[in-house]
Amino acid sequence: MSYVTSLKCRECGQDYPISPLHVCETCFGPLEVQYDYAKIRAAVSRQAIERRPHNLWRYRELLPVEGEPEIGPCSGFTPLVRCERLGAELGIKKLYVKDDTVNHPTLSYKDRVVSVAISKAREFGFTTVSCASTGNLATAVAAHAARAGLNCVIFMPESVETGKIVGSTIYGARVITIRGNYDDVNRLCSEIADKYGWAFVNINLRPYYTEGAKTFGFEVAEQLGWRLPDHIVMPTAGGTILPKVAKGFKEFREVGLIRDGEFKIHCAQAAGSAPVVHALHKGTDLITPVKPDTIAKSIAIGNPADGFYVLRAVRESGGWGDVATDPEIIDAIKLLASTEGIFAEPAGGTTLAVAIKLIQQKRIKPDETVVVAITGNGYKTVEAVAQAIEQPCVIEARLKEFDALYERLGGSRRPLAGAA
Amino acid sequence: MPIKVRVPTPLRRFTGGVDEVVADGDSIKNVIEDLERRHPGIRERLLDDSGELRRFVNVYLNGDDIRFLNQLNSKVKDGDDISIVPAIAGGR
Repeated sequence: MSYVTSLKCRECGQDYPISPLHVCETCFGPLEVQYDYAKIRAAVSRQAIERRPHNLWRYRELLPVEGEPEIGPCSGFTPLVRCERLGAELGIKKLYVKDDTVNHPTLSYKDRVVSVAISKAREFGFTTVSCASTGNLATAVAAHAARAGLNCVIFMPESVETGKIVGSTIYGARVITIRGNYDDVNRLCSEIADKYGWAFVNINLRPYYTEGAKTFGFEVAEQLGWRLPDHIVMPTAGGTILPKVAKGFKEFREVGLIRDGEFKIHCAQAAGSAPVVHALHKGTDLITPVKPDTIAKSIAIGNPADGFYVLRAVRESGGWGDVATDPEIIDAIKLLASTEGIFAEPAGGTTLAVAIKLIQQKRIKPDETVVVAITGNGYKTVEAVAQAIEQPCVIEARLKEFDALYERLGGSRRPLAGAA
Repeated sequence: MPIKVRVPTPLRRFTGGVDEVVADGDSIKNVIEDLERRHPGIRERLLDDSGELRRFVNVYLNGDDIRFLNQLNSKVKDGDDISIVPAIAGGR
């Protein structure tokens, strides 16, 4: 049984029935799922949740699906990794990475939102699911659609990494690449969704899809021992996850799963695609779109749909935001990999690089609890760092050659991997 | 040759359910005025009280977001293609 009551326009407050509808007919504002929190409060407890399987559906009362969830049985509940070595490097005692690089089955936070969206697509009786994507969403939709037995059509910009095209096609999806950037793809898909009646997870199913992002925040709170972090640093592209993590934290308070606690939520963008951070720094609500230019393709959205809500959530929490240049992103990817053994995509490098800036700016203090959100896996974007890392040492299969190399590399004083 | 305007679902109640209509005008602003004459009620869905484009409406002229052109003053000529698209979509 579900605790959902309706869809409501976030701007003008008009109510709509639960249906595949994402935009208010009166003011074009985004629609959001409404819940009966009093009923949820009576129905949930920490103990009940702790007994459930380790997937995102352990918070099902706060998700907009009917009946027993079937999509994404292994998605979510990714590790919250305590980062001692990275923390020492940055002078932060309680530093954590929320590690969605190992989300099942497609290694990004998109497995959360898509689990909810495809559950809803099935409920509504759609037979074709689709999305506009820069890659991570594409692979998630393709994989979950395959398991659900639905047709799948994926739209991506022509420039995405090969791995993301292969990683969608392999599941049996039809992939269409568009000569243009993500914002062009998104506009086209809005028109296609309107005309062909497909279930676009991030367009006409968007109110449900975005709710799935709350689970990232729910898990952080549960994994910290039913507590909120002092700070959480999130990447921002279209603006889905950041406001929903903030909403998730507030919902946990609302339904009594955590006691009162404050958190600051911070926004990280790549310098080459930072319309939200620009508006944040300028102190305006007006987000001026940009043409993205960054190696962080998964967050290269110049015209963020929910940018306004990112600003609002950041400001409401007393958080801040900053940008990371391409070299800073690469350095942060390498730092995370070499200190904690976690290989993040450039969006994750962006988030860590910005967290470092916030620490340097003293907005984050050494004794505070900090969570850095890593939402995608570096194995999908090796192109981004391939030229920025050391090349392997090549030798013949002769011990003499290795002896020489060993000397050249400084012997046992330095590990081979750190060689020139 | 008139200007073609693609209309999204939330606005089709003003166009008798039609998804593509024609209009005249030499700028986006004037095209919207002409749309209002042909389909009364549509203007206030697109523009706010101060006459600016609403936050959640995107308008594309031949595929380009008018915010990258000259906003509502962007020049329009016969045969151009205008598309009105709700801004709320996406997520990589």
